Amino acid sequence: MIGYIDSVETMGLVDGPGIRFVVFFKGCKLRCLFCHNPETWTKDNALEITSEELLKKILKYKNYYVDGGVTFSGGEPLLQDEFLIDILKKCKMVNLHTAIDTSGVGIGNYEEILKYTDLVILDIKAIDNEGFNYMTGQNIDEFYKFLDICQRLNKKLWLRQVIVPGINDTEKYILKLKEFISKIKNVEKIELLPYHLYGVDKYQKLGIEYKLKGVSAMDETHLKELYNLLIQKD
Amino acid sequence: MNIDDFKGIKWRNSIDVENFIEENYTEYLGDDSFLEGISDKTSKLWDKCEDLLKEELEKGVLDIDTEHVSGINNYEPGYIDKDNEVIFGLQTSAPLKRIVNPYGGIRMVHSALESYGYKLNETIDKAFTKYRKTHNDGVFSAYTKEIRLARKAGLITGLPDAYGRGRIIGDYRRIALYGIDFLIQEKQKDLDSITNLNEANIRVREEVFDQIKALNDIKEMALGYGFDISRPAINAKEATQWLYFGYLAAIKENNGAAMSLGRTSTFLDIYIERDLKNNIITEKEAQELVDQFIIKLRLARHLRTPEYNELFAGDPTWVTESIGGMLNESMSLVTKNSYRYLNTLINLGTSPEPNITVLWSTKLPENFKKYCAKISIITDAIQYENDDIMSPIYGHDYAIACCVSAMKVGKQMQFFGARCNLAKALLYAINGGVDEKLNLKVIDGIEKIEDEVLEYDKVIKAYFNVLDIVAKNYVDAMNIIHYMHDKYAYEASQMALHDTNVERLMAFGAAGLSVVADSLSAIKYAKVKPIRNEDGLAIDFEIEGDFPKYGNDNDLVDDLAVLVVTEFSKRLKEHPLYRNAIHTLSILTITSNVVYGHKTGATPDGRKEGVAFAPGANPMHGRDELGALASLNSVAKIPYACVCQDGISNTFSIIPDALGHTDEDRIINLVHILDGYFKQKAQHLNVNVFNRETLIDAMNNPENYPNLTIRVSGYAVKFNRLSKEQQLEVINRTFHGSI
Repeated sequence: MIGYIDSVETMGLVDGPGIRFVVFFKGCKLRCLFCHNPETWTKDNALEITSEELLKKILKYKNYYVDGGVTFSGGEPLLQDEFLIDILKKCKMVNLHTAIDTSGVGIGNYEEILKYTDLVILDIKAIDNEGFNYMTGQNIDEFYKFLDICQRLNKKLWLRQVIVPGINDTEKYILKLKEFISKIKNVEKIELLPYHLYGVDKYQKLGIEYKLKGVSAMDETHLKELYNLLIQKD
Repeated sequence: MNIDDFKGIKWRNSIDVENFIEENYTEYLGDDSFLEGISDKTSKLWDKCEDLLKEELEKGVLDIDTEHVSGINNYEPGYIDKDNEVIFGLQTSAPLKRIVNPYGGIRMVHSALESYGYKLNETIDKAFTKYRKTHNDGVFSAYTKEIRLARKAGLITGLPDAYGRGRIIGDYRRIALYGIDFLIQEKQKDLDSITNLNEANIRVREEVFDQIKALNDIKEMALGYGFDISRPAINAKEATQWLYFGYLAAIKENNGAAMSLGRTSTFLDIYIERDLKNNIITEKEAQELVDQFIIKLRLARHLRTPEYNELFAGDPTWVTESIGGMLNESMSLVTKNSYRYLNTLINLGTSPEPNITVLWSTKLPENFKKYCAKISIITDAIQYENDDIMSPIYGHDYAIACCVSAMKVGKQMQFFGARCNLAKALLYAINGGVDEKLNLKVIDGIEKIEDEVLEYDKVIKAYFNVLDIVAKNYVDAMNIIHYMHDKYAYEASQMALHDTNVERLMAFGAAGLSVVADSLSAIKYAKVKPIRNEDGLAIDFEIEGDFPKYGNDNDLVDDLAVLVVTEFSKRLKEHPLYRNAIHTLSILTITSNVVYGHKTGATPDGRKEGVAFAPGANPMHGRDELGALASLNSVAKIPYACVCQDGISNTFSIIPDALGHTDEDRIINLVHILDGYFKQKAQHLNVNVFNRETLIDAMNNPENYPNLTIRVSGYAVKFNRLSKEQQLEVINRTFHGSI
């Protein structure tokens, strides 16, 4: 089985617990305004790799994965469902901890994927259809569907939301988000990630219009305040 | 009090510090919560020292004693602030006042003094220019034409032929455990037993005689400070003081590049534990002893020339102290004092010296691992070396000299030998032995390669031919240097603290490994066309196509790095060594990777003329594209045992945010990185945790970062003491952790 990947990071320390091998898949249906990896949207210039080869690469670092493992990120890993299932299965056969870093917008086969997934790092783009559509250009239904299945299968979740100045950096939104998250079970961790400008140059190189032009990077102090509000017990 | 209540017998009958430690130390498995802060006395003393250090930084040197000559007991006792000092003794009569040591070479002394505006006492000057030959004179009377050329071209550089060789660790603990008189008695026995008077033994007799004299001098020097060290130390304070007098004698007598301390923390812990148990001292006082001892080590200085500073920036002294390691499969040598030594980096602030080296084993107590990681993240002052691969070779009482050189304390010594520029040697293979910068034939008998596209088989064959000749010249140079050093600048005080029948290691070195590996890979897997000047010398290279690069855990190229070090080591071993020394090899550059780069033309890997090499065994900057672990794995493949057995240096920088979001995560992740790296038999890792932006800001606004300490290859240095060029090189290195 062949997968299309953009790159790998042999030492991911923030995408799941412990030290992790992170695989960035190629291809994504969403066009998030803040996306800092636009090079992963399409399968152009993808690295083609078999699951056997990929596993071999992952295992080169097994001495480091004490409480870490492997994370499939992207792009959107769910879009290459068969390859993802294949490599997840192989990782589980050698007892690796597996995580997927996803927006939840794939093409189905979620039960099978999640069977071999220990942790889902789920990117919340927005919590209603209007917001989701504005942020990603897509409908939110698939996200809900994926989240439902995660809940039904009792999957551990890390939830993430990128906070962009002028879009979702308000207390009002955070309180809504809090309400939304309170109904989700098995949440192990919630992270608010600051919008940053590291990806802007890539757009220019790729000749893609950057829609958040002029928006400044998210202020860390304000982010911290929002985070405190989010995790504060009522 | 006396030492009768210590356990064990073996160590009482003959000198055996290792056995004393085994019998008496107390392993500590707890965490750092017992540690104490700085005492009032230490705080006052350190304030004074910091003022002096600041003044020194502004002036270059604080002062130089031009009226005396180096020696164990050639200076009046010196003090910083007698009332607040707990451990006593300075190299000269005043803190940071530097010694003139002309035994290595008088020209170096002249050049150093001149650069700081000092003049040597005329009588001393005359004695060493007119009447007494120096090590430097000796070496140059014997150097061959080939060696001179290799030196001139920068093929072999940094050789200790004009300054002290260093890298010898006296077993300073012996003074504390036995007292000087017992040591003299044992040396006298050795001397009397040497009766077969061939040339080698005559030399040993003379040396042991000098060692006994040195021991007497140490005793006299200590008496000057009011201490009678003829007998064993009976408490922690005495043990620390006695031990320090041993080290102090070494740095009064010698000015070696690296004057390392050894492995003292667990030894001293035995005395501290006993005093704590008997309520003679408190934990606060124990920490005070350690802090004060460390202050003295931080003040050690040697007089260097500007050229020397260019090679080894920041006035390093490599007072390397090895901490931790295992006693056996299940017990570590970690004690509370291991923690106290590390705690000095908090109490006194971070510092490059002493060069704290943690002997890492995956079996070390988890609490200790975490504490090391914690201090590393805060201070960037620690290096790590793999006890699991060194202890099978050196036992459990070895220490690191300089950066990465292991040796059994008191039983082995090293003949230090700088390094050879492997990248330049590769250019010689292409250019028929002619130096690409000097347009001068440095090596005979190599044919120029005139192909339009370089062929791997042809190049590698020529390269090995060059290495044949380089190895021969390098060994010749080293044999001459150490013969002369023994003759003209013998380290009697340090060798007095070794077994008479000492084992000698001769440490060769190599620089430019990643450049060579990538160059060979480019030639093998891409198309490399030399661009030649009018003399037919390849001065640049055109590369068509991509090729695997060292640092990405790709065997295609990593195997080439392994091949080169293995073949070079093999060639060195073909030549017998002075005093039957054992050949070792290091992949280490310290900061000299910048100078090496300067002196080397463009290379077939696409590196341009004059561009700095990567330090030590590091991959070239920016070429490791798969993240830190792939980079670490490539370096871990370089073989240690029997090949690069003098050490393989790797410097690792990571930004804090990439190491983890919380302090706890960062600590645990760092522990797992170290465990994982060393499980793969890697030897050494420098750990830096900071942002590139911090360094850039520190370069532009040095006044805001007086103490910013970073690890470079094998040692730590204050960032503000690097040259601009060196600072830029550090900034351009790969920082792991993209966001």
